[in-house]
Order: sequence, then C-alpha cells, then structure tokens
Amino acid sequence: MSEPLLSVRGLTKHFRLEGSGLFEKGPTLKAVDDIDFDVAQGETLGLVGESGCGKSTTARLVLRLIEPTAGSVVFDGTDVLKCSKDELQKLRREMQMVFQDPMSSLNPRMSVGVSIAEPLRFHGLGNQIERFARARDFLEIVGLSTDYFDRLPHEFSGGQNQRVAIARALILRPKLVILDEPVSALDVSIRAQILKLLEELQRDFRLTYVFISHDLSVVKRFCERTAVLYLGKIVEIAESEKLYREPLHPYTQALIDAIPVPDPSNRNIVQRAGLEGDVPSPINPPSGCRFHTRCPKRMERCSTEAPPLQSVAPGHQVACFLYR
Amino acid sequence: MAEPILRVEGMKTQFKLRAGTLKAVDGISFTLEPGKVLCIVGESGSGKSVTAQSILRLVEPPGRVVEGRVLYRDKDLLTLSEREMERIRGDRICMVFQDPMTSLNPVFTIGEQIAEGLRAHQGLNRAAARARAIELLKLVGIPNPEARCDDYPHQFSGGMRQRALIAAAIACEPDILIADEPTTALDVTIQAQILKLLADLQRRLNSAMILITHDLGVVANLADQVLVMYAGRMAEYGDVQTVFRDPKHPYTVGLMNSIIRLEEPRDAELRSIPGAPLVPINPPPGCGFRFRCPKAIERCSQEAPEPRVDRQGHAFACHVAELNGAQA
Amino acid sequence: MTAQADIPGRAPVAPDRRTAWNIRRERMRFHVRTLKLAWRTYCRDKAALIALIFLVAVALISILAPWISPHDPTENVANINAPPGSEGLLLGADVDGRDILSRLFWGGRIALLVGIGPTLAATIISLVLGLVAGYFGRWVDQIIMRLMDILFAFPLVLMAIVIAGIMEPGVPTIIIAITVALTPYIARLVRTTTMSVKQQPYVEAARAGGAGSLAILVRYILPNMIAPVIVYSTTLIGLMMVVGSGLSFLGLGVQPPDADWGTMVAEGRGVLKKAPHATIFPGLVIVLVSLSFSFIGDGLRDALDPRSRVR
Repeated sequence: MSEPLLSVRGLTKHFRLEGSGLFEKGPTLKAVDDIDFDVAQGETLGLVGESGCGKSTTARLVLRLIEPTAGSVVFDGTDVLKCSKDELQKLRREMQMVFQDPMSSLNPRMSVGVSIAEPLRFHGLGNQIERFARARDFLEIVGLSTDYFDRLPHEFSGGQNQRVAIARALILRPKLVILDEPVSALDVSIRAQILKLLEELQRDFRLTYVFISHDLSVVKRFCERTAVLYLGKIVEIAESEKLYREPLHPYTQALIDAIPVPDPSNRNIVQRAGLEGDVPSPINPPSGCRFHTRCPKRMERCSTEAPPLQSVAPGHQVACFLYR
Repeated sequence: MAEPILRVEGMKTQFKLRAGTLKAVDGISFTLEPGKVLCIVGESGSGKSVTAQSILRLVEPPGRVVEGRVLYRDKDLLTLSEREMERIRGDRICMVFQDPMTSLNPVFTIGEQIAEGLRAHQGLNRAAARARAIELLKLVGIPNPEARCDDYPHQFSGGMRQRALIAAAIACEPDILIADEPTTALDVTIQAQILKLLADLQRRLNSAMILITHDLGVVANLADQVLVMYAGRMAEYGDVQTVFRDPKHPYTVGLMNSIIRLEEPRDAELRSIPGAPLVPINPPPGCGFRFRCPKAIERCSQEAPEPRVDRQGHAFACHVAELNGAQA
Repeated sequence: MTAQADIPGRAPVAPDRRTAWNIRRERMRFHVRTLKLAWRTYCRDKAALIALIFLVAVALISILAPWISPHDPTENVANINAPPGSEGLLLGADVDGRDILSRLFWGGRIALLVGIGPTLAATIISLVLGLVAGYFGRWVDQIIMRLMDILFAFPLVLMAIVIAGIMEPGVPTIIIAITVALTPYIARLVRTTTMSVKQQPYVEAARAGGAGSLAILVRYILPNMIAPVIVYSTTLIGLMMVVGSGLSFLGLGVQPPDADWGTMVAEGRGVLKKAPHATIFPGLVIVLVSLSFSFIGDGLRDALDPRSRVR
C-alpha cells in the first residue's frame, strides 16, 4: 500500500467537565481514547457506532475544529495537530466536512449560492463575480439548477439542502471530505439520491471520504472499510463486506443483529434476544474492555484488562480476548 | 373478525397557514382491532404524526380536525366534551412520544410522573400510586426500580427515559397505545430493546397499538396491519404480510426499494424515489405522488385516486394499480 | 499571478462577460426582492404600519418646527393657562402663557433625540461588547460582563448626577447618562443570543470551511442574532424618552425655558386641576410615541425573519 492520505495515531480527546464546587475538579469525559486508523487515497472509510462512541469527536479532531488531548493526525505528509495557524488554514482547503442536519448547517439568512461560494471567500480566492460564477457551476454539479442560486435554505427540502452543503464542501476541490451522518436526517426515499451523488463526486473529483454513521447498513454499502467504535475506542476494523460476513467482536455482532429486518416473516428483533443494558457513560467508562458490562461472551480478564487492537487477518483488526 | 376498538372514518385535519391551507391529513380511514398492532408509515410531511394527534384531539391551532369521525367503543371522540376527552386520554388511550427528554417534566421525579396518571384516573392514594409506579418500572425493565423511582429525568439515559414513558403510558392498562416514532431518537441496540418491550407489553396487556414510524424494518417486526401515508393521504393499507409481499402502490414499492439492506452486495444499485416528499400546502389536484411516480399516467394529474379494496381487504389508492388489477 | 488563477477546478476560472453581468444583475434583484418581501411582511401588521406613519409625521413636524410653529415656543403669547381654542391657540397656553402646540412641535426635537440617540449608541456599543464577550467567552467574557454588572448596579439618576457634575446639566448629559445606563441591558441580550447562535451547526460548518473569527462574527453570527436586539432596542426608544423626561424633570437635562415633552408635563403638574390641557397634551404625545415604537418593534420582528416573510 502506498502512503496513506490520512494517518491517525493515538488520537485522544478528554473533556474536563465542570466540577460541582468552585475548586473541585470536574470528572473527565473520555470522548476519544487512543485510536489509530489510516485512510488511503481514494478510499472510503466508515466510522460506525452508537451515541457517545466518539465518532463525531474524531471527525472534529481530524479537522482540528477542537484541540486534541494527545495523538497525531498526519494528512498528506503534514501533522494537522502540530502545524501553525497559516499552515492549518492551507490544510483546510484540502479537508472539508458535510454535516448531519442540512437545514441547520446552512446560514438561514444567506442564499444558498452565496453559502456555496463562502469557502472561496474565507480563503481569499477570486473576486465576488468569479466566486459566484464558480458557485453556479457547483450548483449544477450537485444536480441543482442555477436558478436556485438566490433561494434561502428554508425554501428547500432536506435533500436539496444537503446537495447545497455538499457543493459548499467541494468548491475548494479538497482531497478529503468527512461526511458526518450525511443521510441520517433525510427521508428514506431520498437517501440513495444523496449517496449516489456522493459516489459520483468521489469518482469525478478523486475524493477520499471518511463516512460517519450510526447505521451499519448504510456504512457497509457505502464504505470499503469500516471501523466500529464503542465508547471512544475502535473495537474492530475490516473490509466492510468481511465485517458483515464474519464479524468477530461481540459488539459488531450485536450491532448487526440489532438492525430490524424489513421482512414480516423474519421478526428478528422481537423474536431474538438482543444486547442487554445501556451504553455506559463515557464519564468513568467500565474498566478493562469497555464492552464487558454488556458482552454476552465476557470472560474474567475482560473486566480488568483492556484488549489491544490486533490483526487477526490481513486488514482485519479486532480488540477482543476471544481472538488471541 | 373481532369487533374493532377504534374506527377512523374520513378524517381530515388542516392547518391554516399564511402560505395557504396545509392538508396534513386528508381523508384517512382505518380500523383497529383489540390486541392488534397497526403501523402508520410515511416520510416527513406525510401526516402520520398529525393522524395520531387528531385521534387524541391534541392538534393545536392553527390546526383543526375539519371532517370525519373517530369512533372508540361507538363514541365519536371528535364530538366529546373536553372533560370527557380528558377522561379517555391517558387512561383508555395513551401516547408515547418520540423524544423522551422533552415529554418528561424535568422538575418532577420519574415516580411522581407515573403516579400522577394513576391518581388522576384510578383514584389511587399517594402510597398506592407510588407502589404501582415501582411495579410498572420493574415491568418495563428498569433495574432497581425502588431507588430509580425517585430519580429525575436527567438522571436517566435515553433508553431508560423511553422505558419510563412507556411505563407511564401503560399505567392504566389502556385499550389503545399510540407510539409516535418511539425509537427514532435511540441507538440501534437500545431501539431493539424498546421494540421488544413494546411488543411484549402489548401482547401481555392485550391492548391495541398504533405505531408510527418511517422505518419499514420496525414495521415488519411489529405490525399486524400497515397504513402507508403520502402527503396526508392513504396510499396503501392492509395486512403486513400482503403489503410486504405484494405492494400495490408505486410509493410503497419505491419505499421498499429504497431500503438499504445489509445483506445486499456492495455493488448492488442504490435505488431511491426521485424528487422530494410533497408538502401538502394547497396541494395540486390529482394524485400527490404523481410528481415522483415512475408509472404516472395522464389521469393521475386530473383526479385523485379513490381508495379501492380488493377481496383480501388490501386497500390502495392508485389509478395504475387499479387498471392492472382489472386486467389481471 | 492574479487572484483568479487561485480558484482550483476544472471549469474555466474567469466567468465570461455575459455571466458576470448576469450575476451582477441577479444580485441586485435578490437584494431588491429581499427588501420587498420584508416590507410587505411589515405592512401586513397594520398597527406597525400606522405607528410608522405616525412617527414619520412626528419626526417631520419636529424637524420642521422652526418653520411651521405658529409661535415662538418660549415667548409669552397669551393669558396663562388659556384653554384650548381660546386666543387663537389650538391647544391653549401653559402656565407661562406660551403656546402649547408650538412647544409640542419644538419639544419633539429633544424627545426624539433623547429617545433615539442613546438607544442607538447603546445598541452599537452593546453589539461590539456582547458579540466579543459571547463569541470569545472565558476571560474576555468575564472582564466585559463584570464591567457591565458594575454599570447595572449603578442607579441611572446617580449616574446622571455624576455626569452632570462633570459636564453640567443639559441634553448631552442625559444622552450620555442614558447610553451608559442602557448598555448593560442590551449587551446582556447580545451576549446570550450570540452564545446560542454560536452553537448552531452553520457556525461550525463555516469554521470547517476555513472561516476566521471576523468572518464568522460578521457574516454568520451578527445577521442571525441581530433581529431580537433591533426589536428590543426599538421598544426601548419610547421608554428612554420617558426616562429622559424624568431626568429633565429632576433638573439634570433640558433647562427651562426650552421645550421638551417631559418638562411640559412636569410644569403642568402644578396646575393640573385648573389647566389639565397643559399636562394632557404632552402626556398623550409621549404615550402615543412610546406605543408607536413598541408596535414598530413588533412589526420588525416578523419582517426580519426570513421564514415568516410572505411570498
């Protein structure tokens, strides 16, 4: 494999919460705890997990929208976390993001055309006429008419707004786009429209994606490789097809089993036993393997010792004592 | 066939907005039998939630139920006085909402909120209501209910809050439980737990349930009957097996095709319905789905299709499907 | 190398002349359309529209007072306390025999100045302070807001007395006093709305796109938080006119014999039974003008929200 476009090592983010007393230190929320992954040029990596697993925090750390506690993020040979402000600004032209809720990720008082052109303005590229001409091009690229340039976000449907948000992310011609739940807020019948558009754009613009979602079926379909996160840790990472066919970590298995099958003669959720218990809070996560409180296959050592993420097959890593 | 416990006939709910009249529910009819689960499926703007609110008369102005009947045990709920309605709401017909945080009052303990309904509807005293609340929390699977009863909503996780809401809803053993997207705000593994709990409780109490959702996987797991709504109108209505095996309406077909199935290979084509859901503000004449329909014919833009019921009780509102049925 | 060449992409970078011209024209159309929509939405609120017309009339009369006043406002032209309609005076005369109508015309100048001036100044200062405090937070916020708290604790009258001590009583004194007293109220509102707008995903999206703090403040936060501030400030104008009158009444502001609505009420107070008209007319004007500003505030609330605009 050639040099990866994005290489994340030991990435950690602890939030210090407010203490109850004036001089009391608050508890620490371990949002992301020592995670490693690589993303190759042109590939799509999925990050999947439930709320509190740290997937959105990871995205924001990679773009350095929040400052990490520890670790490194090397993008195209530059360490994002150590570079200067000017270098960071240059890097941001290469890394863009699409957010979950298309309506609220657009300025409600700015016409969509102007919104699309904004990143050019932030980076001081071109004059206004040139920027708007380019924004019109991108409206068409994402499948909207240039007549929509002056519409406001509230005049659009969710799918149309997400197209606008995608155009805004692409107008700088970035290399990497982080997609944070880009279809979760959309209606079922139009999800595929947006996913297809993203696939086309990836081909046309030679993009690399990091795709964040809680929905394993979407991730599996859209991403070549998938990393499963639980409480700030990667528990398993593999090719999507393989992850689905032979899930090794008990949590991955549980996630797959928890998806309701749309077939009334196979009532998989109601008829089968699922995972019990709640997702523990990332403040004071369980000791040892963080999943041991809910794991159906837990062993004694799981509560005291944390299993490291280890290779079990080429490109397939899992953090579980069952596979040592 | 058992005598239905709820019969909705030609219900129409409209909102008078500045931009025009929003026909949120435009002539919906269905029946609900005791001990059965009806799932109402639809996308945003389909009117599925307003249907539930209309049944319970919870529609706020500028919205109003303008037409139709909601017959519960031969009483038309729409003609009852507010006083009589209050006696039914929360006692005989109860509702579970999507967001468990906003539908719980943050300044009262979970136990107090469950006990409140019991005291109001069943006249229990404070101690008895509390004892029953603890019993209910245990029933919905909250560990250590004696202690958790005195917790405030913010001390509960999302899944536990939804359990607490369900406990409050089943407190008076209602005849009908209405759940509006009860698992949409929850994680998948928690969603599975709540769905199982709902199915289990519904069977145990033998109450009827209306479950509103956009997820066909949820429908397949729980429903006996399915009502598919589009832009305030009924698209298809029938037995869950029939609707899934042999969907008649192009919208239902489109929805089924749009599901991204885990078992499909990665290179299988992603299918969607073109365009965006119609918001029925001053809707144009004809079928609301025709703008997105791959099978639309001229007649679809002229008159709205009337629901048609075949011999198996499978109903659909589509000119094209009707023509195909006549040929077959 | 020109700036245009820097735009990355495949398509030709410089738009041809036709496209450029189209874009300019469309921009113009967009802004005109936005204004038209806002105006139409405002006009739907009849009370706000009537209030606006009334205030424009009051402002015109005040500006034109030197030319349209029937008499000199400080000159004794009739019997003291002459009732309305007598001696050719439409609204009668006050305790000093001065024409009440002329005094109302002239008094509007000071009242409007005292109402609008400090509110406008305080709003601008508050916008800067509140935006900075709310956006940057931490110690910046602490310093600015503790300063505001100190001003909060200072009674308005005391402040006016101190300033009058430095400058001597007069209209500038009350304008400064009211500005200083008003700033913490508006700054608090600006700060809280800024903090809530800052949480919006579109602000984070702008940051991810590479926006600097200034661009975020000016293009993303300011336009989305200003509406409630404008509404609040507009409503305050009427109130500040009354407060200004109160300060003048205490001898800190307008000095006799200059005409001001507040001082007119104060002067009429002594003869309320004998000559009620000397108090009623200026009092009525103050009430109507304050009320008009409130109505305008309500009308602006809708007009400034793109979602409530009619097509």
